[in-house]
Amino acid sequence: MLTFIVRRLFAVAGLLLVVAFVTMVIFYEMPQWGGQTPATMAVQYVGKQPSPAAIQGVIHRFGFDRSFLVQYIDYIRTIVTGTTFSDGTQDIVCKAPCLGYSFRNYQQVWPTILGDLPVTFSIAAGAGVLWLFFGVASGLASAVRKGSLLDRASMVTALLGISLPVYFLAPLLSLPLAYRWSILPAPGSYVGILSDPGQWFLDMILPWTCLAFGLAALYTRLTRAGMLDVLSEDFVRTARAKGLSERRVILKHALRAAITPIITIFGMDFATVLGGAVLVEITFSMKGIGFLAITSIQNGDFPMMMGVTLFAAAFIVLANLLVDVMYAVADPRVRL
Amino acid sequence: MTAGGERPFLDVRDLRVHFPTDDGVVKSVDGISFALERGKTLGIVGESGSGKSVTSLSLLGLHRRADRKGRGGARISGGIWLDGQDLVTASAEEVRRLRGEKMAMIFQDPLSAMHPFYTVGAQIIEAYRVHNKVSKPVARKRAIELLELVGIPQPNTRVDDFPHQFSGGMRQRAMIAMALVCNPRLLIADEPTTALDVTVQAQILDLMRDLQREFDSALILITHDLGVVAELADDIMVMYGGKAVEYGTAETVFRQPEHPYTWGLLGSMPRIDRAVQDRLSPIRGNPPSLINVPAGCAFHPRCPYTAETGGRSDTEIPRLAGSDPGHLVRCHLDPARRQEIFTEQIRENL
Repeated sequence: MLTFIVRRLFAVAGLLLVVAFVTMVIFYEMPQWGGQTPATMAVQYVGKQPSPAAIQGVIHRFGFDRSFLVQYIDYIRTIVTGTTFSDGTQDIVCKAPCLGYSFRNYQQVWPTILGDLPVTFSIAAGAGVLWLFFGVASGLASAVRKGSLLDRASMVTALLGISLPVYFLAPLLSLPLAYRWSILPAPGSYVGILSDPGQWFLDMILPWTCLAFGLAALYTRLTRAGMLDVLSEDFVRTARAKGLSERRVILKHALRAAITPIITIFGMDFATVLGGAVLVEITFSMKGIGFLAITSIQNGDFPMMMGVTLFAAAFIVLANLLVDVMYAVADPRVRL
Repeated sequence: MTAGGERPFLDVRDLRVHFPTDDGVVKSVDGISFALERGKTLGIVGESGSGKSVTSLSLLGLHRRADRKGRGGARISGGIWLDGQDLVTASAEEVRRLRGEKMAMIFQDPLSAMHPFYTVGAQIIEAYRVHNKVSKPVARKRAIELLELVGIPQPNTRVDDFPHQFSGGMRQRAMIAMALVCNPRLLIADEPTTALDVTVQAQILDLMRDLQREFDSALILITHDLGVVAELADDIMVMYGGKAVEYGTAETVFRQPEHPYTWGLLGSMPRIDRAVQDRLSPIRGNPPSLINVPAGCAFHPRCPYTAETGGRSDTEIPRLAGSDPGHLVRCHLDPARRQEIFTEQIRENL
């Protein structure tokens, strides 16, 4: 198990190197294949009517004047060792892990990401609890009462949940709940959990619901299908033949087998949301990782884009590793 | 009839298990009757789809019953009396309490019949604790005891192994241990050796015979393999198309089988002492559909002797009858003629 984890951690590092390479090609090299030159790219970062010297300075600062491979190695090296930037007037010390410096808003990338993480984490954690619980519970109930009114109702709701995008659901819920009756805070309000837990919880209810609804719908269908599969297994019949109560047969024997793959998928989905719940963050104007990603793309903020992409990718590959380990713990037949 | 008194330990009367489907009613079991005393073994023999497994599952009450309108599950009628208690009219909860405790089942494929995520010990302990209010350590001791009884080496450590860490034979032994843990008086084994290596089959059959003697339980052995039945059974019931076609003591059914289908089963059994150039004689045709059972005798499309029934074979369902009350046959042929055919044409080829 331990050697497996160590081996996989190396693979994770390798994978992230590849991700960084591909992202850099996309953000730095591909514009040049499309006719852009280092000069035209640099122009976006200096004021109006720039002097040639200013443009040259930006080209040098971004490393556009060096070969791509050197830029790439340099980027990786600064992540590990840190570096010092100069914005022309003063030196900025960027400590490891240094993901670069955003010349757009004069901020270091890594601390910015860390600063936005609590928002995204708040969204992901609450929504994760909601969608896992409601998804599994309604999928379970549907499978056990297959063909019943409850089953049909939950399948219709699930279909609705899968088809309703967040940006449609959000106004649908917030118009009556936040604007008309003022039961919940209006979108755009966010207080950190540490400063006011009660307000934080109220602020989060709508974003959680909007994000969780679609995913809960997906998990309902997954759980239902998985349970129906497992319920026809021989070992479920054995459990009944032993004289166990139906409740125990369902919860201890059938669900135990059906939930394992669902937990796996949950790990991946949760990591994806942690890498930025873009639609929810934009819809509710919550400044999390997803919001940061979108604004940095809109601003052409290359270092920030690179940083966010790498950060999200790291979450996903690490979640992958975690899921594999969890699978081995959950299923005794799996050996790592 | 008073409960328990004169009634056999297990008494099944005119049991019918029908499944309504969109295509029609599947008559998996269509009026079978048998009786079984403790310490005795009944072998139920038949091809796939003859209704033998459905019979065993209905004894344990493992079919989902149809609702009042007769939909969504099995329609079960007739009577199943276990130790004087009628299981057909009993509530689901009453039957559940009996399952595992008074009647237990050994399934065909022990790998898929055991939960892959729980240890063998945990599954046996669970089976014991459903019906016995004891602490986990006590139940664990009992599980180890049972594992030792069924011949698992080092039961103290193997008890914590998962099913996939056992060999096929060991798994079936563990399955038997799980079935026996509450000391059931009726044991149903559904193809207990089919999934096992031939070398292991004999061991498992020996084990079952020994344990049956020790526990003095009634044993129903369901199989398509007449060799297995010959080893263990006191009585044999041959099923075809949801009905019993021949029912008698093992001795008579093997020595003087009278139904053409039983002849066919016996003829398709490989024998080591038969000359190599003799082909096995399979029964021609396929088992009947249980939705559209052939009219008259269900076996008539495959029977070589229909010409001798005077046209009754496809119009009239033969009754299960016989001159000897210990040997019943469902066939239009005259008993004397059946015996003649067997003696003159069949016996030498078996």
